[in-house]
Amino acid sequence: MKKLLVFLKDYKKETILGPLFKLLEASFELLVPLVIAAMIDKGIEVGDRTYVIKMCGILIALCVVGFATAITAQYFAAKAAAGFARKVKRALFNNIQSLSFSDMDRVGTSAMITRMTSDVNQVQQGVNLTIRLLLRSPFVVFGAMIMAFTIDFRQALIFVVTIILLFVVVGVIMAWSIPGYGKIQSGLDTLLRLTRENHTGVRVIRAFGLETKEKDEFGKRNNELMNLQQHVGGVSALMNPLTFTILNLAIAYLIYKSAALVNIGELSRGQVVALYNYMSQILVELIKLANLILTITKAIASGDRVQELLELKSSMKDGESDEFENTEIHIAFNDACMRYTGDSEDSLEHVDLEVKRGEKIGVIGGTGSGKSTLINLLPRFYDVREGSVFIDGKDVREYKLEALRERIGIVPQKAVLFHGTIRDNMRWGNAGASDEEIFEALKIAQALEIVLGKENGLDHMVSQGGKNFSGGQKQRLTIARALVKKPEILILDDSASALDFLTDKNLRHAISEMENAPTTFIVSQRSSSVHDCDKIIVLDNGAVAGIGTHDELLNSCELYKEIYDSQFKQEGAV
Amino acid sequence: MKKKTLKKVLKHAGKYRGLIFLSLTLAVLTATLSLYVPILAGNAVDCILGKDNVDFKGISFILFKMLIVIGITAVSQWIMNKANNAITFKVVRDVRAEAFDKLQILPFEYLDKVKTGDIVSRIIADVDLFADGLLMGFTQLFTGIVTIVGTLVFMFYLNFRIAIVVVALTPLSLLLARFIANKSFELFKRQSEARSEQTGFIDEMIGNLSVVKAFAHEDENMEAFDEVNDRLFDASVKAVFVSAITNPGTRFINNIVYAAVALFGAFACITGRMTVGGLTIFLSYATQYTKPFNEISGVVTELQNALACAERVFALIEEQPEQADSKDAPEAFLPEGNIVIEDAAFSYDKSKSLIEDLDLNIKKGQRVAIVGPTGSGKTTLINLLMRFYDVDKGKISIDGMDIRDIKRADLRNNFGMVLQETWLRSGTIRDNITLGREGFTDDEIIQAAKASHAHSFIKRLPEGYNTVISENGGNLSQGQKQLLCITRVMLNIPPMLILDEATSSIDTNTEMRIQKAFNKMMSGRTSFIVAHRLSTIREADVILVMKDGHIIEQGNHKELLDKEGFYYELYNSQFA
Repeated sequence: MKKLLVFLKDYKKETILGPLFKLLEASFELLVPLVIAAMIDKGIEVGDRTYVIKMCGILIALCVVGFATAITAQYFAAKAAAGFARKVKRALFNNIQSLSFSDMDRVGTSAMITRMTSDVNQVQQGVNLTIRLLLRSPFVVFGAMIMAFTIDFRQALIFVVTIILLFVVVGVIMAWSIPGYGKIQSGLDTLLRLTRENHTGVRVIRAFGLETKEKDEFGKRNNELMNLQQHVGGVSALMNPLTFTILNLAIAYLIYKSAALVNIGELSRGQVVALYNYMSQILVELIKLANLILTITKAIASGDRVQELLELKSSMKDGESDEFENTEIHIAFNDACMRYTGDSEDSLEHVDLEVKRGEKIGVIGGTGSGKSTLINLLPRFYDVREGSVFIDGKDVREYKLEALRERIGIVPQKAVLFHGTIRDNMRWGNAGASDEEIFEALKIAQALEIVLGKENGLDHMVSQGGKNFSGGQKQRLTIARALVKKPEILILDDSASALDFLTDKNLRHAISEMENAPTTFIVSQRSSSVHDCDKIIVLDNGAVAGIGTHDELLNSCELYKEIYDSQFKQEGAV
Repeated sequence: MKKKTLKKVLKHAGKYRGLIFLSLTLAVLTATLSLYVPILAGNAVDCILGKDNVDFKGISFILFKMLIVIGITAVSQWIMNKANNAITFKVVRDVRAEAFDKLQILPFEYLDKVKTGDIVSRIIADVDLFADGLLMGFTQLFTGIVTIVGTLVFMFYLNFRIAIVVVALTPLSLLLARFIANKSFELFKRQSEARSEQTGFIDEMIGNLSVVKAFAHEDENMEAFDEVNDRLFDASVKAVFVSAITNPGTRFINNIVYAAVALFGAFACITGRMTVGGLTIFLSYATQYTKPFNEISGVVTELQNALACAERVFALIEEQPEQADSKDAPEAFLPEGNIVIEDAAFSYDKSKSLIEDLDLNIKKGQRVAIVGPTGSGKTTLINLLMRFYDVDKGKISIDGMDIRDIKRADLRNNFGMVLQETWLRSGTIRDNITLGREGFTDDEIIQAAKASHAHSFIKRLPEGYNTVISENGGNLSQGQKQLLCITRVMLNIPPMLILDEATSSIDTNTEMRIQKAFNKMMSGRTSFIVAHRLSTIREADVILVMKDGHIIEQGNHKELLDKEGFYYELYNSQFA
C-alpha cells in the first residue's frame, strides 16, 4: 500500500491542505466547550446577559469559519482521491500491458480486472476519508485531552486512561478483521470469475443444460461469502457498543471525581461542564475514527493487492536497439528451445532454421506439436530457454520490443476484433493508415466484400469481441488488420481455419502478389495451405521432423507424407 | 425512478421481516437509552452546586443508574448491529443470486449484445456498493430517526421554549440534505456510467492482451484509457464533492442551533427557569440531536449511490427473459431425429434479412454437412436448431413436433454440440470434461478422452486429469482445447449432433483418427457438421451449400460435383 502513495504526488497541495483545513475546523470546535464554560462561570453565575450574547457571537463566528474551511477540505479530499485513483488505474493498466505472456498466464484475467476496478475503488474511498478524517479525528481526541489538562491535571488523567483503553479496543478489533476483509475479497473474486465464465460460455452452458448446476455452484459460493461477511461483520459490530461503554463509564467516573474537587473548591461548575463536553466530543470523533479505520483497513487490503500487481515487473527484459539491418538472411532460429513456465518438458526442442527475405515458410504438425510456440518466439511473446532467434542479424532480445513487434504482423488463431468502427480496428497496427491503404489490405485479405456489404462501410461499428461478425468474417478482418501494418514479417497462425478453401487459396495468392511481399509464416493444419511454400517445417511433439520443400518432404519426411496423404490421396481426388 | 428502485429494495428486504422488526425494536431501545444517559449526567451535574455544596448521596444513586443504562444500551446495540449485518448481507446475497439466475434465462439477443465486463460490473461491483449503502442505511437510518424523535420528546419535556427554537431551526438542515441528495443522485449515476464504460474497456483489452501486444497497441490503448479515465475522474470529483458537502453543511446548521440553545439556555438559567445541569443536557442534546441529521444526510447520499447501483442490477434482473417453455410441453422428449424445417426466416437485425424461405427435410440418422462461404448463415442455422434464437417465421420440427413446443432443456439435451470457439473454465481437466454432470466414473471419462484422442496429452499433464487449468485454458494449444470440448460430447452422446468447425484447429492426422470416433458417434444419429475440410464432408448423406442465407444447392457429394455448380467450384479450389 505504502508505495501507492507516490500517486498522490501530483495532488500534494490537496493532500496537505485538505487535512490542514480539517485541523483548522477541528480547533474551532475544540474552543466551543471553553466558550461555554466561560459563559456559565462569568455569564450565568453573575447574571451578565451582554457577556452571554458576546459569547454566542463568538460561537457563531467559529461555526461560519469552520464551515468554510470544512468545505474547502472536502473539495481537496475529493479531488485528491479521484486524481489518485485515476493515476493508479493508469499505472496499473500500463503495467498490465507491459507484462509478458508468461506473467499474464500466471496472474489471470479476472484477478487483473478486479484489481483495476473494485480494488481501486476501495482505495479511492479510503484516500478520500483519510484526507478528511485521519488527522481531524485524532486531533480532536488528543486536543480534547490537552484541553482537559489545561483545566485540571488530575481529571485529565481520566482522559488519558480512557483514550488508551479506546485505542486498545479499536486496535484489537481492527487487527482481527483485516485478514477477514482479505478473505471476503477473494470470495468476491470467485463470484466474479463465475459470472464471467457464465457469460463467455453461455452457449456451452445452455447446450449442456448446465443452468441449474451453475446456479447451484454460484449459490453455494454466494452463501459462503455471505457467511464470511457476517462473521467478519460480527466482530466489527462490537466496536460501537464497546467504545460507547468505555466512554460513558469514563463520564460517570469523571463526574464522580469532579464532585469531590468542586466540594473542596478546586474546580468550578463551568469547568465540570467543559470537561464533560470534551469527553462527549471524544466519543463522536472516536466513532468516526473507528469507521474510518474500517474503511482504511479495507482500502489497505485492496491497496496491497493493487501494489502487488503494480510491482509485478515483466519477466521479459526489453532490448535497446531499434536499428534493423537489411541482411540477406532475414530470420534464423539457432538451436532454439522453449519451455513454458511450470512445465517439466520443452515445448520446442533444438530448432534450426534460416529464412531469406521474402520467403514463404509453412509450419505444419500435429496438435500440440509446437507450431504456435515456434512463431511466438519471433515477436518475443515468449523467450527461448536455450539457443537464440535472430532477425536481421541480431538476437531478437537485443531489440526494443515495440520496434520489433511493429515489424511483425500477426494474425492470431483466435480472431478478435474490438469495440469501435471497422476503421478503428484496421488502424490498430498503423494509426495513420489512409482509407486507401485499408481498402488495399481488405482486398488482399479477401475481406473487401464484408466492408462493402455494410451500409456505413469502414464506419460500421464492431461490437465488443466482434460479436456481430461471423467467425470467418472476423478472421479475414484480422488478416486485413495485420496487413495494414505493412509488416516485414507476416505470421498467419492457423488463421485460415475458418475460411473455405477457395478464399484461403485466393488469400495466399494475393499475399504473394503483394509488392515487397513480407516474409510470411503460414501455420496450418492443411497441407494444401503450405504446399507451395518455399520451405516447410514439420514439427512433431516439439521437435523438427523435417524441413524442405513440398516435394522434398514427400520423399524424406514420413510424417509430412502421412499428413499429406490423409488429406489428399485417400480422398481419391487427384 | 428512484422510488421504484427503493421499492424493489424494500421488497427484497421484506423477506427478513423478523430481523428487521428486531433491528427496529433494538434501535428504539438503544436510541432512547443513550438519550437517557445525558439526562442522568445533567442531573448529576445539578448535584454539584459549588464549594461545600455537593450532594454526594444523590450523585452516587444517579451514577449507579447510569451504569445499568450503559450496560443495557451496549448489549442492545451489539445485537442490533448483528441483525443489521444479517439483513444486509442476506439481501445482497439474494440480489446477486437473482441476477445470476437471471443470466441463465436471458435471451441470446441480449447476451450477444452486452459486454461481459458490463454484466460483471453489475453483479459484482454494483451489488457491492449497494451493500455498503444498504448497511449504512440500516445501521444509521433507524437509530437516527428514533434519536431525533426521542430527543424532541425529552427536550419538550425539559424546556418547552428552547425546544421550539431547536425545532424551528432544524428543518434547514433537512432541506439542505435533501437538496444535496437530489443533486448527487444524478452525479453518482454519471459516475456509475463512466465507471461501467471503463470496466468494459478494461475487460476487453485485458481479456485480449495477446492481440494488444501483438500489435504493439499499448500506447493507443493508453490514450483511449486516459480519455475514459479522465471522464470518470471528472464525474467522480463532482459526485464525491457534492455529496461531501452534506456533512459540513448540516454541521454548520447544527452549530448555529447549538449557539441558539446556549443563548436561550443561558438566559433561562439567569432568570432561574433552568439549572446549569439542564443547560448541560440541552447542549449535549443539541449535538446529539443534530448528529443523526448528519448521519441521516450522510446515509441519504450513500443511499443515492447505492440506489444508482441497485438500479443497474435491477435493470439486469428485470431484463425481458427468453420466452418461457411452453406449458403444454411434454414431460419427456426422446426423439428419433427426423428434422423438418418449413419456410423458415430469421435475421439478427430485423431490418436486414438473412435466412429466408428455408426448407429442409432430414431423416433420422442422416449426416448433414453444411458448407458455404463465411457469413452465409451456417452458424445461424445451428443457433436456430439449438433454439439459441427462434425463427421469425415458419417452423422447425423434430419428429413432427415444433421445437418451440418442447422444453429448451429437453431439446438441447438431445443435441451434442461442439463449437469452433472453445470454452474452458478454470478447474481441473476432469471438471472441464464432465462440466459438473454427475454419475460418470473415472473409467468412462478416460474412455471418452481416448475416443477423442485427448487422453494422450492429458496423460502428459503434470497432474493428469486433475491438472487445474486457468480460465482460458492456459498453456493448452487451441487444438488441445478443441479435443477437450469434443471429449465432453463423447462422454454422453445424444441422438442428434452438431459439430461446428469442431476440428478446425486439430491437425489432419489427429482429425483422421477422431473422424473414426466421430463416425462411430454419428452412426444412427442425425448430425449436422459445419466444416471447411471437404474430406470431412464427403461422406455426408446430404450436403447443404449455403450462400447469403439460402441453401443454394443440396445433395450428396457425387450429385453436387456432377452439377458443376458452386460446390464443384469450392471443392476444386482445395486442390488447384
